[in-house]
Amino acid sequence: MSDTIAIKLIVNGESVARDVAPRQNLVDFLRDELGLTGTRWSCEHGVCGACTVVLDGEIVRGCLVFAAQLDGARIETIEGAADAGRLADLQAAFHARNAVQCGFCSGGMLLTADALLRARPAPSRDEIREYLAGNYCRCTGYHAIVDAVEEVARSRAKAKP
Amino acid sequence: MLAGGQSLVPMLNMRLLEPKLVVDLNSLRELGEIVHEGPLLRVGALVRHAALAESTLVARHAPLLSEAVKAIAHPAIRNRGTFGGSLAHADPAAELPACAVALDAELVLASAKGRRTVRARDFFTGALSTALGPGEILVAARIPAQKGGTLFREFARRHGDYALAGLAGWAARDGNRIAEARLVFFGVGSKPVEAPLAASALARSLDAAIAALAGELKPVADLNASAAMKTHLAGVLLRRAAANLGARAA
Repeated sequence: MSDTIAIKLIVNGESVARDVAPRQNLVDFLRDELGLTGTRWSCEHGVCGACTVVLDGEIVRGCLVFAAQLDGARIETIEGAADAGRLADLQAAFHARNAVQCGFCSGGMLLTADALLRARPAPSRDEIREYLAGNYCRCTGYHAIVDAVEEVARSRAKAKP
Repeated sequence: MLAGGQSLVPMLNMRLLEPKLVVDLNSLRELGEIVHEGPLLRVGALVRHAALAESTLVARHAPLLSEAVKAIAHPAIRNRGTFGGSLAHADPAAELPACAVALDAELVLASAKGRRTVRARDFFTGALSTALGPGEILVAARIPAQKGGTLFREFARRHGDYALAGLAGWAARDGNRIAEARLVFFGVGSKPVEAPLAASALARSLDAAIAALAGELKPVADLNASAAMKTHLAGVLLRRAAANLGARAA
């Protein structure tokens, strides 16, 4: 059996082909192979949400996926989502509301908030809290984060013709 | 065997398991289907929690599952975690094993030698332990139509955390009286715990059922709650679930 597994995938819109060790985690792959360090290693067991990435259009825990599983997949990281401009209003609201303190959780928070607003454009405060409950902020800036997401939901609703 | 990886990969990351070989099941698309098989609904082992939550077939046939799956973890976990993975992992505090017992599902197990079915009640043998033999995998659950209104509640410290105690079940009415019910508790023992005495006492009154629970459940204390607290919570959950049932029937 070969020591590596060949994968071809799309990361942030670009084709990537690599031979990866079966044991290599997606977070290590993104950070060490591709230099995409916006995806964080933190709890390493699926609890904290700092490693959130978008896999085939859905948010997942990067720490609970192996790179070897991703042949043919499409991955978007916080770098890709931010560069695409899709998160611009969320980023601005996080900044304005001081919802970014140390910034460690922010990538995961932004991608999760983005997934929420795509699934439910007008969430209640309780729904925002419930959806973000899987993402830890150890600066405990939760109120500001919920405020920022709520503000973006409102301003997007107003902007619609 | 790697399905959604939401329980196995944490254990690998923490080096609690060091298997020589991991087999990724995710390319077995036929295990991701939800289809009717006569009067039964067949839910494939690789159906992800998010798909289970969105399925109108499931909502019509076994609404307990639709309700319970919303209480599992968080959206990013539900996008990846699988129905069969949750059953095969058999965490005593997990929702779906209790639902499978409450719905009297039969589980289809496959190996190189062939297939066999095991009733959910007999599948769970203890904490993280099941009737799966060496070389055998769970491929689907075959679920009879739910016979009454949904009873589902759990108590967790934070939405998405494992429950300190939870209830999965159903109750069928005959006029104002509860004619038949099934109550299965999770997070109170090493596997899903059925409470048949409390379920039949529901026909008399809710208070009689809650009193029966105190004698019937033998919870095991854990880091989060004593045995007495778990028994208390079980009664509270039954009262709240029953109130919800009443509100819906009215």
